[in-house]
Amino acid sequence: MSERLFTPRALITTLLLVLLAALPLIAQAVGDRYILSVGTRIVIWAIAAVSLNMILGYGGLVSFGHAAFIGIGGYAVGILSANGIQSGWVQWPAALMAATVWAALVAALSLRTRGVYFIMITLAFAQLVYYLGSGLAAYGGDDGLNIGRSRFTGLIDLRDKASFHWLCFALLCAALWFCGRFSRSPFGHVLRGARSNEGRMAALGFPVFRYRLVACLIAGAFGGLAGVLLANEGAYISPAMMSWVKSGDLIVMVVLGGIGVRFGPLYGALAFFVLEESLKPGLDLLHKGWGEYWQIVFGPLLVIIALHAKGGIASLLGFRHD
Amino acid sequence: MEVLIQVLNGVQLGLLMFLLAAGLTLTFGIMDLVNLAHGSLYMMGAYIAWTFISWSDSFVLGALLALPATFIVGVIVEVVIARRLYARDHLDQVLATFGLILFFNDLVRAIWGPAGKSIAVPPFLDHTIEILPGALYPAYRLAIIVVGTGVALLLAWLVARTRLGMLIRAGASNRRMIAALGVNIELLFSLVFGLGAVFAGLAGLMAAPISSVKIGMGDDILILAFVIIVTGGIGSIKGAFVAAMGVGQLDIVGRVYLADWLKAVMDPAAASAAAPAISQVLIYIVMAAVLVWRPTGLFGQRQ
Amino acid sequence: MTELLVADRLIKRFGGLLATDNVSIDVRHGEIHALIGPNGAGKTTLVSQLTGSLAPDSGTIRFLGRDITRLPVHARARLGLARSFQITSVLRDFSAIENVALAQQAHHGHSFRFLADVRKDTARTEAARRGLAAVGLEARATVPASALSHGEQRQLEIAMALGGAPKLLLLDEPMAGMGPEESQRMIGLLHGLKQRCGMLLIEHDMEAVFALADRITVLVYGRAIFTGTPDEIRRHPEVRQAYLGEEAA
Repeated sequence: MSERLFTPRALITTLLLVLLAALPLIAQAVGDRYILSVGTRIVIWAIAAVSLNMILGYGGLVSFGHAAFIGIGGYAVGILSANGIQSGWVQWPAALMAATVWAALVAALSLRTRGVYFIMITLAFAQLVYYLGSGLAAYGGDDGLNIGRSRFTGLIDLRDKASFHWLCFALLCAALWFCGRFSRSPFGHVLRGARSNEGRMAALGFPVFRYRLVACLIAGAFGGLAGVLLANEGAYISPAMMSWVKSGDLIVMVVLGGIGVRFGPLYGALAFFVLEESLKPGLDLLHKGWGEYWQIVFGPLLVIIALHAKGGIASLLGFRHD
Repeated sequence: MEVLIQVLNGVQLGLLMFLLAAGLTLTFGIMDLVNLAHGSLYMMGAYIAWTFISWSDSFVLGALLALPATFIVGVIVEVVIARRLYARDHLDQVLATFGLILFFNDLVRAIWGPAGKSIAVPPFLDHTIEILPGALYPAYRLAIIVVGTGVALLLAWLVARTRLGMLIRAGASNRRMIAALGVNIELLFSLVFGLGAVFAGLAGLMAAPISSVKIGMGDDILILAFVIIVTGGIGSIKGAFVAAMGVGQLDIVGRVYLADWLKAVMDPAAASAAAPAISQVLIYIVMAAVLVWRPTGLFGQRQ
Repeated sequence: MTELLVADRLIKRFGGLLATDNVSIDVRHGEIHALIGPNGAGKTTLVSQLTGSLAPDSGTIRFLGRDITRLPVHARARLGLARSFQITSVLRDFSAIENVALAQQAHHGHSFRFLADVRKDTARTEAARRGLAAVGLEARATVPASALSHGEQRQLEIAMALGGAPKLLLLDEPMAGMGPEESQRMIGLLHGLKQRCGMLLIEHDMEAVFALADRITVLVYGRAIFTGTPDEIRRHPEVRQAYLGEEAA
């Protein structure tokens, strides 16, 4: 263990985590609250990406509907909040439960299919949730809804940006820790074995369907958690948080960071936001007004990554995917 | 009479969806490519048509110029990017074509501006026709049905009767074989991709006078097209047609009748708001039901 | 001798093609039963029905006295019905030893354990090492399966199939693509396994079949035309004509 802490990649990861942990202090020192809000969102999306990586990276299941879990987590908080139930002790378990139940339903149906069918059925189920959300006129419909933040009276005040950031950061660390244990566990090995050769795993005696189903439940719960945090971050829910573009963004983050690598989603989420936040002003520097069209550069960048840099940032840092 | 008109609306929507889905199912079935950017070609078709129609001041001339232009856009996408993706796994394809969507959306924003455009119904079709005594139907929508049916028949003939169709069918089942026949497979793939782009562009420009020309117009409808080809069975033109017509009818049922039924049990305002959402949901539920029953769709090949 | 596996009047159609035509076959404890026949005779189709990846249209399959006709692949495997594949099927992303460890893990209760670290499980590693040693691959333990030679991958497959201490081994052309030396080693290996489990062996290499088999069934166009000892097979006129004749020519 001790020598591994000092490899360059471990150093970079540690530095990154320290930076994220210290962000509220840095933001205060430079007097820029925008950095903190971007930083918190990076942390939340990293949690969502970690959860997608569990099934996409380790399980090889190309789920194109991961934003639905975020939406369900967020809407569970928002709907309870709008009905006067502000306690986080009720909201959060309910939200995680709802996301997990949805994951069970989607997985039970979609895991019967393979390949493109799987991609499309997960996408379609996410659209279903999206349209349900936009049809909820009582909760803002398409426009979304401002909500009160979850209350953990006497424990933590989520309205305080710094406390909220630290809470998110702690939960990200918990997710990363779990993901590390998970990938080396007997369960993780079965999941990765099924990614490598599903037929072989069945012939060895593994009921692959059941293992994948459980992996989807876990990923769904973590996705729901990201949704809970996102709703609390902006004190706002809207169907946009579960649009299919968000599901695409999550895939981008996972692949960009390094698929099937524990810290990959963290790099990916960071790179995604840094690219977005720097491409806009960068292009504006080249020519006033070009920043608005940053995706003209970002889109082809994704094509290049898909074609030539499948290992993502993690492989640049020398991580082997497992 | 009201029912007939709604059924026709469903047919019209179904045919538009079929045009979009046909290209998608061909690229899926033959090149094994998940092309998320197919909706971008739908959008490009509509925007290019807007430019040509504004310039020539004629809907028909503009449309006729827009189709080859969309073909060229399709072929460029194929040559520059898509052909590098055929042999890749689905995840690479999803990522790369997702990038293409982002690219096209901002490209359109840069060229045509952020505001939507509208294409007027051509004057010679801007009236209603009495299809049955007492039942008036807009001529333009009827024209969509006629053109859509014509293209569907053309495609059926193309696939079933021509050498190109033979190659397409052979390619879907065995790529090596057609390479062995001495066919220039790269050219064939470019052609098929371009053809899919033309169909998508045609759907986009025909839909334009009814809805509007705007950024991202292809994205939501693309997902519906995916639902259609997955439900119909990937690679099956027949499946795409059946599923598209089904989706067309289901959409109309949801949009028009569901609101009325809901009003019986809930607040009218809430019912009108919820009905379109529920009609969309209905489509996905049907798809899920079909896939539970047949995991490779209605007319898909068994695994 | 007791029967391990009894397949009774299996029928499987693909469209108009009768791929398995009323086939009955059994494998006894401690024997190697070889299944031979020309290409396209339906050997792999038959094995797929026995392992559960294809469902027969009619007929029954009993294993250890239990009707398994409707059981899925993984449930049959857990009862002790192991297989190797015609096209080498190992977990390419994993090391040789991890391939065997996973095979053994399949038979040790469930694997819904999320936090235990397999690398620290020395009992698991030791058992896997013994499994590798049984097929002579212990020196290659940490090599990724994808980097093993073809012959080594075939050996690894056997080690994986043996991972759950199976009662019956279905071997689909274990010698395919092997050189004479590797084939000899495989024959020795399979011979040594006879005491541990029964085997159904599909093989084109007639030398290997006659060296190993206690009984042979000949499959032609989906039908089992004859079952008997190697000597009976050699003497049987219909078999000579239908199959061995080709080989001799």
